[in-house]
Amino acid sequence: MGKFQLITKGLVKENPTFVLLLGMCPTLATTTSAINGMSMGLATLFVLVLSNMAIAAVAKVIPDKVRIPAYIVIIATFVTVLQFLMQAFTPAIYETLGLFIPLIVVNCIVLGRAEAFANKNTVMDSACDGLGIGLGFTMSLTILGLVREILGSGSIFDWKFIPDDSDGILAFVLAPGAFMVLAYLIVLFKKVTAKKGE
Amino acid sequence: MAIQSSFKNMVLCLFSVCLICSALLAVVYAVTKEPIEIATQNKTTNSIAAVVPAFDGVPVKDSITVSDKQYMYYVVSKDGKPVGYAIESSAVGFSGPVNVMVGMTAEGVVYNTKVLSQSETPGLGAKCVKPQFADQFKEFDPAVKTLKVEKDGGDITAITASTITSRAFCVAVQTAVDVYKAISENVQSK
Amino acid sequence: MEYIFIIISAIFVNNILLSQFMGICPFLGVSNKLSTATGMSAAVCFVITLSTVVTYLLQYYVLVPLGIEFMQTISFILVIAALVQMVEIILKKVSPALYQALGIFLPLITTNCAVLGVALMVVTKEFSYMGGEPHMFNLGESTVFAFATSLGFGLAMILFAGLREQLALNSVPKPFKGIPIALITASILAMAFTGFSGLV
Repeated sequence: MGKFQLITKGLVKENPTFVLLLGMCPTLATTTSAINGMSMGLATLFVLVLSNMAIAAVAKVIPDKVRIPAYIVIIATFVTVLQFLMQAFTPAIYETLGLFIPLIVVNCIVLGRAEAFANKNTVMDSACDGLGIGLGFTMSLTILGLVREILGSGSIFDWKFIPDDSDGILAFVLAPGAFMVLAYLIVLFKKVTAKKGE
Repeated sequence: MAIQSSFKNMVLCLFSVCLICSALLAVVYAVTKEPIEIATQNKTTNSIAAVVPAFDGVPVKDSITVSDKQYMYYVVSKDGKPVGYAIESSAVGFSGPVNVMVGMTAEGVVYNTKVLSQSETPGLGAKCVKPQFADQFKEFDPAVKTLKVEKDGGDITAITASTITSRAFCVAVQTAVDVYKAISENVQSK
Repeated sequence: MEYIFIIISAIFVNNILLSQFMGICPFLGVSNKLSTATGMSAAVCFVITLSTVVTYLLQYYVLVPLGIEFMQTISFILVIAALVQMVEIILKKVSPALYQALGIFLPLITTNCAVLGVALMVVTKEFSYMGGEPHMFNLGESTVFAFATSLGFGLAMILFAGLREQLALNSVPKPFKGIPIALITASILAMAFTGFSGLV
């Protein structure tokens, strides 16, 4: 597979949110607006690319039985690095995403890619794979956040298109809307990709 | 594929992974420590500047104990005379504490307020950060008006369907006014 | 009195699954049958309570005195992973029957973000109930909070599994089969739980 295909397959064919249904916790929790969804996606992308590369580089010297704890330590390191960088340079976003930044450690996408791809492939290929899956995740989260923001607060990327003193449909910003919008987006994604495949 | 596992290389491998990772973390921590401090400081300075009249120099941090509770506040001055106080105050809202920075002028009038953190319901209580509600506290003179929502006989129009948050906001500002009174008494007695 | 508020808040108002979105993977993954959902809830309950106590002690008696709070995430996840392993080994020896019931769920719990989430929450967030002062939890409150949170996890999990068992008997439009209809069910369940907000 070429490097380019490695990147694009994460967007549609192996889209982590709509097809593989991985990493549901941040997907539902942080998509109250398009910006929040995108920041969470990019944060995960950062960890995914670096951990994929590091794991691909050291996979050969790690004994099979302790590989999972070793991978978790490597992932946790990059997550903590990300935490410091965000605290220093984007404190506002760090505060909005809150607890879900350290929780990237237990995001099944990251450990999943380490197990399924990075430990059998080269460093460059793993970086591309991480980039592709990360971009797919970012895209899905942005779309989900955008739909919830349009319906829930009547704005697009913080630009409000309904009168200032009126509200959107509040339920979409709250928990029930998260589940609902995700359900319909998965169905829509299935429909669209199924037609393409025919 | 990965090498054969034996007790010795498993321990060795995990140990070295942990060692390298903690060393890396320690380095990154040391490097980012200063920017993080600057970022937090900037945030405080910005929220102070937003709630007090124009000043020069650096806000002076201080604390005071009013009815057994300690409050942090910042004094800002212009041409050597104190022109305002930024007081950190909080009250419990609908789903958690609402932390507010309240700016008081030297004359005892609320200059402006800024919400530092809150976890109220989005679309309802979270509207307390919006100017429609928060601007009611601009130039609010507690000597003339009453710091309560209209329902409780005050002069503040509550956020629709979020009376608890609005009340919490009023309580936080009222606390700051009380703290201000204690500060100015302290200043006079000195 | 405070403990009662903590319990009600953690089970109903701030339900870990339906309002905080932590631990969604097992929520969607193993909720097809009521019996597996019950087994998973019991295992999670056990691990969350135990790991919160251990990480709490780790935070205040090791990380803070040594000034290495930056190792928080990394050490917490290692403690959780080790605890899960240990629980598995002990259960196998002491109570094979319980191991049979919970065994297959245990390895999955390491990557359940509710466990790490609760452990981090009690050492980073201030809580306040019924107009009380916001404060950091002490050990007792943390334990009660962790236990109540896992009860909330179990409640949502078991309710949801019951709903899905009924759902399996109905005819569902083809594209909605599987996860989408489960998500819509979860949405309606979450809607019911928003009714509890403001209770504490």
